[in-house]
Amino acid sequence: MSLVTPPQLAGPSSKSAAMRPPHPRSAATEPRWLKILLIISMVGVLGLFLILPLASVAVEALAGGVKAYVDALANHETWEAVKLTLIAAGIAVPLNSVFGVAAAWCLTKFEFRWKSLLMTLIDVPFAVSPVISGLVFVLVFGARGWLGPWLAEHNIRIVFATPGIVLATIFVTFPFVARELIPLMEAQGNEEEQAARVLGAGGWQTFWRVTLPNIKWGLLYGLILCNARAMGEFGAVAVVSGMYPGQRTVPLEVESLYTGHLESTVPAFAVASLLAILGVVTLIIKSIVEWKYRQELAATRKQGTEE
Amino acid sequence: MSIEVRNISKSFGAFQALADVSLRVESGELVALLGPSGSGKTTLLRIIAGLETPDHGSGSVLFHQEDVTAHNAGQRQVGFVFQHYALFRHMTVFENVAFGLRVRPRNVRPDRATIRQRVSDLLRLVQIEALAERYPAQLSGGQRQRVALARAMAVEPRVLLLDEPFGALDAKVRRELRRWLRRLHDETGITTVFVTHDQEEALEVADRIAVMNKARIEQIGTPEQVYEHPVSPFVYDFLGKVNLFRGRLEDGRLTVGGSQFGAGAAGGEEGSAAVAFVRPHDVEVARHANGNSIPARVDHISFVGPFVHVLLMPKNGEPIEAALPRERWRELNLQPADEVFVEIRSARVFADDYSI
Repeated sequence: MSLVTPPQLAGPSSKSAAMRPPHPRSAATEPRWLKILLIISMVGVLGLFLILPLASVAVEALAGGVKAYVDALANHETWEAVKLTLIAAGIAVPLNSVFGVAAAWCLTKFEFRWKSLLMTLIDVPFAVSPVISGLVFVLVFGARGWLGPWLAEHNIRIVFATPGIVLATIFVTFPFVARELIPLMEAQGNEEEQAARVLGAGGWQTFWRVTLPNIKWGLLYGLILCNARAMGEFGAVAVVSGMYPGQRTVPLEVESLYTGHLESTVPAFAVASLLAILGVVTLIIKSIVEWKYRQELAATRKQGTEE
Repeated sequence: MSIEVRNISKSFGAFQALADVSLRVESGELVALLGPSGSGKTTLLRIIAGLETPDHGSGSVLFHQEDVTAHNAGQRQVGFVFQHYALFRHMTVFENVAFGLRVRPRNVRPDRATIRQRVSDLLRLVQIEALAERYPAQLSGGQRQRVALARAMAVEPRVLLLDEPFGALDAKVRRELRRWLRRLHDETGITTVFVTHDQEEALEVADRIAVMNKARIEQIGTPEQVYEHPVSPFVYDFLGKVNLFRGRLEDGRLTVGGSQFGAGAAGGEEGSAAVAFVRPHDVEVARHANGNSIPARVDHISFVGPFVHVLLMPKNGEPIEAALPRERWRELNLQPADEVFVEIRSARVFADDYSI
């Protein structure tokens, strides 16, 4: 004869499936019709505001056939726009990842006065409208701006030129990496860094071998968001570039094609489809990184709370 | 390698963590810093390690007569075990232990084979060879503790410093690990200082105990010295259970109700208030009165370890706790509500300027 453990002897925290009540009823007690209504309205909203616009980009872009689509993309100005976008993002993203890591490092691993002020400053680009951000650069570097006469004297063009676009992009995308890293690094604390120091590691060794590996997924996640914004930014870049031909990034090109080509919307939507594809690719990479990142956070918590 | 701390003070803002503390740890000794939280024990340990700097201009830290106050944590060659282990979460156990060797400058870094050998030796020493490829998150608390210790030992430290090494473990693992730490210390002979708030742990493991209270060291001595001859009411109270008898000094004796205790070297003027401290195992229970004994009623009996703890209620005054050997308890056949007599075998009297 075997001994059978009565179920009430098992602790209330037991997670075994056998312990659940026999009816697989969920904790939600809403009636069925309400659940269906909620699901339909959710799908409706998603479809109307997210999926339909995306689909319309594809439909409009291919409205004139594949040849018209390819022609629109093969256009010289389109390639100029793509090149400019890649340059702006190519400079802004690496710089902002360095700034972001440095800012998060100093805000989370050290104690000093004015810390909360610095924390707030990082958020300024989020709080200020991008158009205003762009305007600020015009006011500082423009022909009639503070530094304008001096720049003109030395024959340096910033506003209505590539440097201005790069500066505006850097400014607008500044918070992404730091914002992503600060909570993570705060949760991790600096005990591991102290351990590395006691074991004889120098500052750089500690950073490369301990700090950076601990935040790599969080950093990558921040980079992806930063890149998506850098390539998609419109307002700030529109103001500093003046939208002159040759000084248009892809979003500016879309706008100018749309308003400039009254006979056909195919070119505008063809270029827009590039941004849409970028968006989808970003989402896919983001999901993968997010999954890894959550593991990193979970590991942090697991080590933080001792049994 | 001896450790000497001379006149160290440390403040964090308005809070004084250490006030002019001096301590000498002889080569090969195992010393416990024992005290309640906030007594400054962890701060002292971190100053020895170089993780914290003493207040400007105060005191110095010497390793083997060499002044290391200006050396940073890395230069001091100490092994430090953090309270929550601080293992590198993204590295395997093996990589954690190897870290201290891998970050050495090229000219003093051992080659790959040597590192591999050293790490596996250490993992064997701490009995976790089988876990070399695991990550910290996959280990139990006791296993992480061992990894932390192996990692600290890998750099061949001159001294080993442990911050609440068993604080986060459950009682059984704790007892096992502290015996094992004692054995490890005896095998390696490395000068070791550990911080604890658990008097039992300090008494069991350490060669000497420094009892800390309010930023100062109250007493330093062998477990026997601090337990049997506490120099202050605080030490008496902190190292184990204690019964208090408040009264007045008369004729060099402390009078509490009808009973008297020899006051010894308590100091204090005739007629001033004083307190007698009595350990539960110095309380004797008898069925018959004996001149000096205090009548009391048995309130509660509990069985903890080899002793039977009896809570006694005197006619007036605080409850008294007695720890009786089991045979004695059987002999007396004590039952709750029995009327008995309490005798005090030995007491230590301090002038009453201390309250618990």
